[in-house]
Amino acid sequence: MTGSERLESPGPAGGAPMLRVEKLSVRYGQGCPRCLSGDPGSLERNYCPECGAVWALSDVSFEVYPGEVLGIVGESGSGKSTVMNCLYFNLEPTGGRARIGAYDGGSADVFGLSLQEKRHIRNSLLGIVYQNPTNGLKMGFSSIANVAEKLIAAGNRNVGRMEARARDLLGRVSIPSARMKDAPANFSGGMQQRVQIAKALSSNPPVLLLDEVTTGLDLSVQAKVLDLIKGLQRELGISMVLVSHDLGVVRMLADRTVVLLDGRVIETGLTDQILEDPQRPYTQELVHSML
Amino acid sequence: MKPLYNFAFFDEGSKREVRRAVLKGIAIPGYQVPFASREMPIARGWGTGGLQITLTLVGRDDVLKVIDQGADESVNAVSIRKLIVGTTGIASTDDTAEATLIQSRHRIPEVPLTKGQTLVLQVPIPEPLRFVEPSEFATKRLHAEKEYSGAYLALFEEIMKYGRVSTGADHPVTVNGRYVMAPSPIPRFDNPKMNDSAALILLGAGREKKIYAVPPYTRVVSLDFEDHPFEVEDMGGKRCSLCGATGVFMDEIHEDSGAVRYQCNDSGFCLSRRGGGKGGEA
Repeated sequence: MTGSERLESPGPAGGAPMLRVEKLSVRYGQGCPRCLSGDPGSLERNYCPECGAVWALSDVSFEVYPGEVLGIVGESGSGKSTVMNCLYFNLEPTGGRARIGAYDGGSADVFGLSLQEKRHIRNSLLGIVYQNPTNGLKMGFSSIANVAEKLIAAGNRNVGRMEARARDLLGRVSIPSARMKDAPANFSGGMQQRVQIAKALSSNPPVLLLDEVTTGLDLSVQAKVLDLIKGLQRELGISMVLVSHDLGVVRMLADRTVVLLDGRVIETGLTDQILEDPQRPYTQELVHSML
Repeated sequence: MKPLYNFAFFDEGSKREVRRAVLKGIAIPGYQVPFASREMPIARGWGTGGLQITLTLVGRDDVLKVIDQGADESVNAVSIRKLIVGTTGIASTDDTAEATLIQSRHRIPEVPLTKGQTLVLQVPIPEPLRFVEPSEFATKRLHAEKEYSGAYLALFEEIMKYGRVSTGADHPVTVNGRYVMAPSPIPRFDNPKMNDSAALILLGAGREKKIYAVPPYTRVVSLDFEDHPFEVEDMGGKRCSLCGATGVFMDEIHEDSGAVRYQCNDSGFCLSRRGGGKGGEA
């Protein structure tokens, strides 16, 4: 435990967390007694000097409460995207547990489930928006089909109903109806990102994962995408995990923030506290380097 | 004449390897069994998968029929038939009912297949999910998890683009409620013939090194949506200009005069009707 840990806020809605991640670890390499001890001093940054194992994440824990937006910030290589990939089951963690409030009352460790169950959770309880739309979309398929893909995966077999739902969602993210049958490959970056958001929302997921959603978009488009996310969050009360290296984005969206460095959580707290009164030297550096 | 080859071209070891894959395929209906596809005297992609299955199954008492897109006399069918007959000395026929072993490319014969017959289909792309997922590693996993939304997505996309499912051939099917399978590029018209078929259906892809099977009396259901049910090509109002048959799969022939006429695609069926011999009803 770090000395700088602050009082945990119970989150806007209080009660049980929607997502609870405990001691999440991702190790590349065999590991040795030295680094497996879990002693923070045993690693040089995220690297074990004795056996050469890389610890992309070590003992990362956090909770997200219903309707809350949790920001995860840190420099590149700090493990932000690794957290997202673990939570969306793209990557199997080497240690740790995660519980989702909407699955089995939050009692099961979702990392320990069968591949089928993981797929069910991914299709019906989670949505993800990747930094790079090519990861989240089939660029050659129509936008409607992209949104419908998640519905089909969740067992829907009615074309009319799926098309109506996809049109509704694409309308919400301001894709003109004349272009809904176009492939995202023919869209601008901002539009692709909005199609991804529509797709992520299609199954009404209680948890939405946002991985650097505005990185690489120009400022006016960034503002529109952020506006959209903020609006959806207010309207639908979705819990969100927001990964970004842009503190401006985190300030605007996140209720609470976790600071990652070298695969470890070094500071957590209310976003305003972290940004106005950073405790750890690294967080101070991060906040002060904000333009 | 002293035969130049072992019976049916293959050595016995090769036959055993292919038979093992065939048996496994029959035991797991619709599952694509990898096998050690042999070099053949015809090029890969020209029916080597089907040919290898036929050569390993053929016995001295078998009667062979080979069809290519419904025709017994197209180049591909003739070459394959000559190779099999030349290396086995068995009898061949154009008559579906007379044949015990039928190798076919892109059609299932019009005359209903019966108990004891085996239909071998040549397959270019055995993976029904290949269009949506290029990685074999990924598609194997999708089959294992029975995750077939990709196959439905491809059909959904066609409905979005064209207003209806537009698979010209190779419309995917679910076999025995488990595996989704590419039925080889047969027209949708032939998909229902696979369901509850009295004959054993074997499918071989030589280039892709896969063998799979539909055992007799197995449920085969074409993929569709609630509000877009599966439909075969409409042959209503079309009549064969040679034998007068209706309700069979037709070729559309444009004459030099600009006139359009129709003709049975299954030439063996058409010939037998004209010869007054065995055949279907008009």
